[in-house]
Amino acid sequence: MIEITNLDVRYGAIRAIKDVSLNVQQGELVTVLGANGAGKSTLMLTIAGALKAAGGKITFDGRDVTAATPEKMVRYGIAMVPETRDVFPDLTVVENLRLGAYLHRSDKAGVMADMEKVKDLFPRLREREIQAAGTLSGGEQQMLVIARALMSRPKVLLLDEPSLGLAPTVVDQIFEMIRELKATGITILLVEQNATKALQVADRAYVMQLGEVVVQGSAEEIAGSSDLSALYLGG
Amino acid sequence: MTELIQFVIDVLALGGAYALMALGLVIVYGILKLVNFAYGELIMVAGYTLFLMDGTGLPWLVMAAVAVLMSIFFGVATDYVAFRPVRAKSVTAVLITSFAFSTILQNAALLFISPRARNIPLPDVFSTTVTIGGAVTPLRNLLTIAATIVMLTLFTWLMRRSILGIAMRAAATNFTMARMLGVPANLIISSAFAISGLLAGVVSLFWLGRIGSVVPGIGLEPLLVAFIATVIGGMRSVPGAVLGGFLLALIDTSLNHILPQDLLKFRDAFTFSFVILILLWKPDGLIKGPASGQRT
Repeated sequence: MIEITNLDVRYGAIRAIKDVSLNVQQGELVTVLGANGAGKSTLMLTIAGALKAAGGKITFDGRDVTAATPEKMVRYGIAMVPETRDVFPDLTVVENLRLGAYLHRSDKAGVMADMEKVKDLFPRLREREIQAAGTLSGGEQQMLVIARALMSRPKVLLLDEPSLGLAPTVVDQIFEMIRELKATGITILLVEQNATKALQVADRAYVMQLGEVVVQGSAEEIAGSSDLSALYLGG
Repeated sequence: MTELIQFVIDVLALGGAYALMALGLVIVYGILKLVNFAYGELIMVAGYTLFLMDGTGLPWLVMAAVAVLMSIFFGVATDYVAFRPVRAKSVTAVLITSFAFSTILQNAALLFISPRARNIPLPDVFSTTVTIGGAVTPLRNLLTIAATIVMLTLFTWLMRRSILGIAMRAAATNFTMARMLGVPANLIISSAFAISGLLAGVVSLFWLGRIGSVVPGIGLEPLLVAFIATVIGGMRSVPGAVLGGFLLALIDTSLNHILPQDLLKFRDAFTFSFVILILLWKPDGLIKGPASGQRT
């Protein structure tokens, strides 16, 4: 579904991503693991169109989307859930969700139905719907950004470190939700530092180190490989 | 008592015009993090539009509507001419290009119309006065207050209720994230410039109505007023811009009443001293805007 070949991304003179090739098939949950600075978030932002590739190619459903703008990518069906829990802090929870459904703004009834659906999925958001998003806890904000991404009715969800900075019990909840989302058939690309958790839900995994994919395989293979921690820690 | 009523009406009328001007500046600044220095020229454009239509025999309201439309048109044109080509490249470049666009418009007016003041058509209601509680005030002042209320209500409704407004508020905090939800960047920016043009256009009717004529350099004072009001209020805060506008009007009007005749010509020096005091007390402006986002 997503096919990345020989991708290069640069920040000025620094090559953040070097010659990365990666693919995600329909209905799969693929995880990208790696330490800080491995280029995982850069990879996600490039797929979402927020960063421009310096070389290589990204295709989605057979269409070349290497140079597509962020607003185009979400129209094609790729929804980004960024690492920094980018809720719009001054907007209420409902306004955040409404904005997530920006593409479907003319379909008012459908958006209302979607809104009910995500509020059922994340009951906490229903409790806080008229609260400014900036006043939510970290876990609630994470739920909100995922819910907001779902409002665009995506085919693929890009999840960038959903467990970052959350309490262990909240992390468990988030991964439980990822499992539920996967069961609905949505394709997910998940970037994580929490390798153990990610490998439990993933079908396949890639391990990145200093901008390159160093290992790839099924989640079981990667979880079983003894040198994982070495790769992970930059060994 | 009479004097108090007069004072309040003066402050509200002047403050309303200031606040709407400031709002037009802040809405573009909030999204682009760039000051549009060609903003004052929108007043000039509206003024010359009125002047050129003088004698066409059209009803004044039609002329006013055309003037406001021209202001909106030139507002959006500012984006296409001065901002869009260099926006992604450098802040300094946009500073220069918006100044350049402002100068080009002014020089066009000098060259093709005249360096001298040109009278603009005004409706009779602008020159009538009414008496409220013993205070004699131009009806124009009351119309300014009414227009301010209408525009602020419209603006608030747009920003709170419409999806475009919500998207603009979101873009002001995090433009990239808004784009990743499918909000087209160019639509948001053009809308901001259009709203800015609408506000400037509406204010121009009352601003020019006070003076009765238009000159090429007419835009400087409103630009300065709007800029100072937004700085006092907090550069990125919409309520701040409104508060700043009214506060500035309060200072100006008070000084008009308090200062002896000889000092009145130095009024602006006193006004700016107050502005400096406010900024020493609250360097970020009175109202903190939404969390800062990345410039795009």
